[in-house]
Amino acid sequence: MAEKILTTENVRLYYGEKEALHGINLDYDKFGITALIGPSGSGKSTYLRALNRMHDLTDNVTVNGTFLFKGQDIYAPSTDTVELRKDIGMVFQQPNPFPFSIYDNVAFGMRISGEKNKAVLDEMVETSLKQAAIWNEVKDDLHKSALSLSGGQQQRVSIARALATSPEILLLDEPTAALDPVSAHAVENTLMQLRDKLTMIIVTHSMAQASRISDRTAFFMNGDLIEANDTKKMFLDPDKKETQDYISGRFG
Amino acid sequence: MDNIRESLLKQSAATRKDRFGRYISLAALLLIVVVVLSIFWFVASKGLATFFANKVNLWDFLTGTKWAPGQKDANGHPFVGAAPMIVGSFLVTLISALIATPFAIGTAVFMTEISPKRGAKILGPVTELLVGIPSVVYGFIGLSVIVPVMRHLFGGSGFGILAGAMVLFVMILPTVTSMTVDTLKSVPRHYRESSLALGATRWQMIYKVILRAATPGILTAVVFGMARAFGEALAVQMVVGNAALMPQNLTSPAATLTSVLTQGIGNTVMGSLENNALWSLALILLLMSLVFNSVIRAIAKKGAM
Ligand SMILES: Nc1ncnc2c1ncn2[C@@H]1O[C@H](COP(=O)(O)OP(=O)(O)O)[C@@H](O)[C@H]1O
Ligand SMILES: [Mg+2]
Repeated sequence: MAEKILTTENVRLYYGEKEALHGINLDYDKFGITALIGPSGSGKSTYLRALNRMHDLTDNVTVNGTFLFKGQDIYAPSTDTVELRKDIGMVFQQPNPFPFSIYDNVAFGMRISGEKNKAVLDEMVETSLKQAAIWNEVKDDLHKSALSLSGGQQQRVSIARALATSPEILLLDEPTAALDPVSAHAVENTLMQLRDKLTMIIVTHSMAQASRISDRTAFFMNGDLIEANDTKKMFLDPDKKETQDYISGRFG
Repeated sequence: MDNIRESLLKQSAATRKDRFGRYISLAALLLIVVVVLSIFWFVASKGLATFFANKVNLWDFLTGTKWAPGQKDANGHPFVGAAPMIVGSFLVTLISALIATPFAIGTAVFMTEISPKRGAKILGPVTELLVGIPSVVYGFIGLSVIVPVMRHLFGGSGFGILAGAMVLFVMILPTVTSMTVDTLKSVPRHYRESSLALGATRWQMIYKVILRAATPGILTAVVFGMARAFGEALAVQMVVGNAALMPQNLTSPAATLTSVLTQGIGNTVMGSLENNALWSLALILLLMSLVFNSVIRAIAKKGAM
């Protein structure tokens, strides 16, 4: 059995009194892409945001269950969320670079951890932008405002910004949902190039996207995990009838 | 056929009403333009009379340090040096803004980022209340609290630039704070989320992302406060000491453009040099408010990119 980088066990999450996740068990191998699919409102984002403790920011959210990142309890009181979020990065649905230059955006994560050396910053900015497959498009105007880029470019800068803290896991919540097809394709290519170096968990409601880029797929419905399987098996021969129905477009 | 032709050629009631409404708005707009232009014309014609009718040299006016329009020097030139008031106005404005800015930012950060619930409950109403207090009340408080404190701390009479700046600081703080709060609130939520997701602490998120993203808005708030401080008359006049002398230090009696204006304008004869010289001060005030306005516009334009 391959090494598990992240395991989640019996995840229950409450918004106030309302239980939004009803006991999710899901593990992740090192490297590769896992797609979380399911109808909207099924709890995909809720689950994803539990992995890097983004729910800490919201009042009234209770998270139960066991979350182990390389054997370490994510929700242990001793866990430093600042360090955790550098190891488990996140990219959001809306491309959301800061209103700074491209360079300052990508360097942000390193600068807040105290990196001041210009050469180190330069190199990491370049590496991250290359990994995010946007270096060639922006290398001549790194000091231009990131907001002047197109949506797809902004999203790849957001990915570069997340990569620059050298995360081991990257969480992506519908990263292409707000993009046009060409930009979405560019972002997908970026993710595929990263699959050998990085563990990615991507929420998507495009089943075509899940089947194109992911190694494993997990199907969520109404706060339950219905099925998690190899992507090929999931789309060709799912174990569960609900999965079959969803994939063939019978609901959702 | 004729019916259709007629209805097409004749205006409908709705069209007539629409046009009528348009004329009314246009008339209102024109009226406002006329009023503003007349104010400019009035102040400018009177203010410029000092230089054209009374032949005062503009440079002497701006740099001269003695203000006694009724008296003449050995060459027969009147003493109309406005420099003490110009310096006084700028000093009280800058000092009050300098003190108010960190307070406003600190309070606004507390209200929006650290304790939004308590901030909304306590500080919001307090701010609104403070904005509504008439300036004479601020002046009176300045007179009975700040001036004695200044006297105690720095000696002398206690009246002066510093006392004026302190009163103005209290007066502009609510405005600057509430505008800063609005700016911070308008910083998109996703900036907060994504900076935390990158491993920023809450403090790093505040000062590296939120305050940076809000800088144009904060600057606008400060310039707004400065415009208000520059134009405030009554409260300043009550504590500044009203001596039209070049300020030697921050706690000696001094004067501002507004304080000299409010004191003098009722005691001079229309058309006299004494009166015209005061209008020249008013013209400076007017021009400065234009400057503040364009600065705010320039910031807004730059912020919008
Ligand atoms: N902040 C919140 N407060 C209360 N309920 C929420 C909140 N966010 C999401 N929910 C609810 O939790 C459920 C799962 O939502 P979500 O995780 O956003 O679904 P998905 O990402 O799969 O579309 C939905 O029923 C939604 O209404
Ligand atoms: Mg979602």
